[in-house]
Amino acid sequence: MNDLTVSGRFALVVLVAVLLALPQFASGYVLSVTIICLYLSFVGQAWNMMLGFAGLLSIGHALFVGLGAYTSGYLFTKHGVPPVIGVVAAVAIAMIMGSIIGYLGFRFAIGGVYFALLTIAFSEFVRILLDHAKFLGGTEGLFLPVTQESRRGVDLVNLRGAPQMYYYVILALAGGAFLACRALLHGRIGYYWRAIRDNPEAAEAVGVHIFRFRMYAVVLSSGMAGIAGVFYAFYYNNLFPEQVLGIERSIEITLAPIVGGVGTLFGPIFGAFILTPLGEFLTYAVDGLKESGIIAKNVKTDGVKLMFWGLAVALIVLLQPKGLWPWVCKLLGLVKPPGERG
Amino acid sequence: MAAMLEVQGLSKSFRGLRAVADVTFSVPEKGIIALIGPNGAGKTTCFNLIAGAMKPDAGRVRLAGKDITGFRADIACDAGIGRTFQLVKPFQDLTVLENVTVGALHKHGTVAAARRESAGFLDMLELGDKRHMHAANLTLPDRKRLEVARALATQPRLLLLDEVMAGLRPTETDRMVTVLKRLRSETGLTILLIEHVMRAVMALSDRVVVLHHGEKISEGTPEQVTKDPAVLECYLGEGAI
Amino acid sequence: MDSVTIINALVSGLLTGLVYGLSALGLSVIFGVIRIVNFAHGELMVLGMYLALMLFRWFGLDPLWSVPIGAAALFVVGYALQHFVVRRVAYLPDHMQFLLLAGIAIMLVSGCLVVFGPDAQGVQLPYALDSFAIGSLIIDKVRLYAALAAIAVASALLLFFKYSSTGRAIRACADNYLGAKVVGLNVDRLYALTFGIGAACIGAAGCIILLLVQVHPYLAPAYTLLAFVVVIVGGMGSLFGALLGGILIGVSEEMASVVLQPSLKTAFSFGLLIVVLLLRPQGLLGRVVR
Repeated sequence: MNDLTVSGRFALVVLVAVLLALPQFASGYVLSVTIICLYLSFVGQAWNMMLGFAGLLSIGHALFVGLGAYTSGYLFTKHGVPPVIGVVAAVAIAMIMGSIIGYLGFRFAIGGVYFALLTIAFSEFVRILLDHAKFLGGTEGLFLPVTQESRRGVDLVNLRGAPQMYYYVILALAGGAFLACRALLHGRIGYYWRAIRDNPEAAEAVGVHIFRFRMYAVVLSSGMAGIAGVFYAFYYNNLFPEQVLGIERSIEITLAPIVGGVGTLFGPIFGAFILTPLGEFLTYAVDGLKESGIIAKNVKTDGVKLMFWGLAVALIVLLQPKGLWPWVCKLLGLVKPPGERG
Repeated sequence: MAAMLEVQGLSKSFRGLRAVADVTFSVPEKGIIALIGPNGAGKTTCFNLIAGAMKPDAGRVRLAGKDITGFRADIACDAGIGRTFQLVKPFQDLTVLENVTVGALHKHGTVAAARRESAGFLDMLELGDKRHMHAANLTLPDRKRLEVARALATQPRLLLLDEVMAGLRPTETDRMVTVLKRLRSETGLTILLIEHVMRAVMALSDRVVVLHHGEKISEGTPEQVTKDPAVLECYLGEGAI
Repeated sequence: MDSVTIINALVSGLLTGLVYGLSALGLSVIFGVIRIVNFAHGELMVLGMYLALMLFRWFGLDPLWSVPIGAAALFVVGYALQHFVVRRVAYLPDHMQFLLLAGIAIMLVSGCLVVFGPDAQGVQLPYALDSFAIGSLIIDKVRLYAALAAIAVASALLLFFKYSSTGRAIRACADNYLGAKVVGLNVDRLYALTFGIGAACIGAAGCIILLLVQVHPYLAPAYTLLAFVVVIVGGMGSLFGALLGGILIGVSEEMASVVLQPSLKTAFSFGLLIVVLLLRPQGLLGRVVR
């Protein structure tokens, strides 16, 4: 809190208040869009740790989400294990996979683009395996049992309930992730991460065990993504390998943090809350233009929306490569410069 | 006095080029030894071999009697070696204080304690007023001082300084010399420095080791070495003697 | 599993692999010289495919004859891309370059989606089902023609780089950027040329592969990944490596689909990619570039 200026604190308080009270006054549609924003914030924060803290670009993060989703989904559907317990297994499996990939990457000194390709390769490999895994539904999908009563009320143990419940769960997850990352960044591990990211040789010379700290980031990143997968499974209730682990999903995970600002704490949240409404708005706008006849009716809305999305991403890279959040911060004077902090 | 650092038969070649060839010398505890020689003599490579940035092809490195040959840089730091780099390597995106804090965290468990310690080292190196500047915005002499402060923060037993006087004005050089001497007498720090600035070498070092083409060609007190014909020849050429 | 099936699979894989190799050549040329990883690779290929499709629909032009047109069109696209866009992000970190090209890729895919719709479309060629028979070996005509076209284009490219002065200038840039500038080469223009040439390869490969598969907008990511697998196995920056890698992947895919299951063949390629990345990231013929 002492990093923020007066206007920064004000903005934060307003944001938290609005988010907490949202279900009281928002429509079902707004609520579901906000859930998506929060979900992308959460999973984007997880991804951010790997690049921002360990310096590794992952374009296969949907793998960890998928492992978390399928593990908890399978345990619930076939063995009746509630997600509060299933999440432990989900996180464990995601972390193991993350450790393997991270270890291989470091052991064989693969960085940059090659590592990114390694993550894609693992992700696609597992996706195709899941396609053929009949006990997990294969391409026909894994379906979690949902009933009419389960849509009402609140059952946190089995993660069954009204949309409002899911909203508060993802809000807690996204908020918790933010606070946890913040605590880590301000602590010893955060200093070491930033040092490694900045200049690994110098970091090693002052006693930082590069491999160990990078692995911390990798394991935390994959574990957190695994938790996101559990939420995904119990919110959407159906899992298909292509949809959960497809490369489009992995790219989607990276959009919010990169647009918001890699390596920053609030970047993924900011990015998610910009991109998601933008996407919705574009769909609405294109549909509206089709209604009024400006665009031909047979033009695919999806296509036009995607086009603007791609354009937005490209423009941000060209104009604000550090991400939008640092720029907005400076513009609105939300954060104190280092000299004035406590 | 026992030796803090013993280097024996140290050798390193790069694709056929012998950068360091069978170098042997020792640095006594609480001693200040200067390593000099023309550019390309292998001095920084020696540092890299001692501090763990590279593995030697042959030879042994002992720190206070313990064999640390080929130890990785962070393990060498655990053993008690601190070093600066000839081409400075500050953590650009971190502030000056944060830079030194990374070093101090080696010996302090909490960030708060590390930051307190770091402030002290910054004051010692006269960087206190710049503590919240980003390292990327520092001048080169200040960056060199930052490197020293950061290395000191790890509380080493042996400090390797690589050309830290370069770019300093004579008064600044004298101040740095005073600081290093005081560190030695107050904390028992042992220092091995690579230096071209003769003013500092003469004022600071107990003994001087001279390298040329990777080999040790002379060793002695500063006065002895600067009069050694072999040394004069390698710096000024045969015709000048 | 008799030997006839295996040999047929081998030959089939070899021929298809040559087309993969041509596509990978485009990727390899761009990376080898400009050091940028073209994540819009598959999208450029799909553009080439759609171009050939249109030429077939409007003029009845066999995709093989579209190759020069596709190559020329994609050359322009590639040149423009490098000159106006990619050049500006050369100094940015890897993930930003990736994101820019991913954004461009998204735009291209969505453009195709809007203009052509999501359904798969193909060409119906009179000789589509014909084949040559040599003993018990059956070679599809389309596959053979495709492979020959790929060889032709690849040879032209290799000759260009080996013997023309522009080709040599480009190789100089790849070897030593600063040195090239010092001797007065206009590196910016050469980079744009290189991207154009790489894109032309990709466009040619796209026209050719329309003989073998149908096109739809979501084909692009699969081809990007495939090209990466080929280039990494064969060696980034090595032209022969790209062709060799293509053949290897083509053959292993066919073998995997015959021995295991067709739907697992891509998994096999990815498994191979993982192994290569770990054991020999520079690939079979690549230089160690990190």
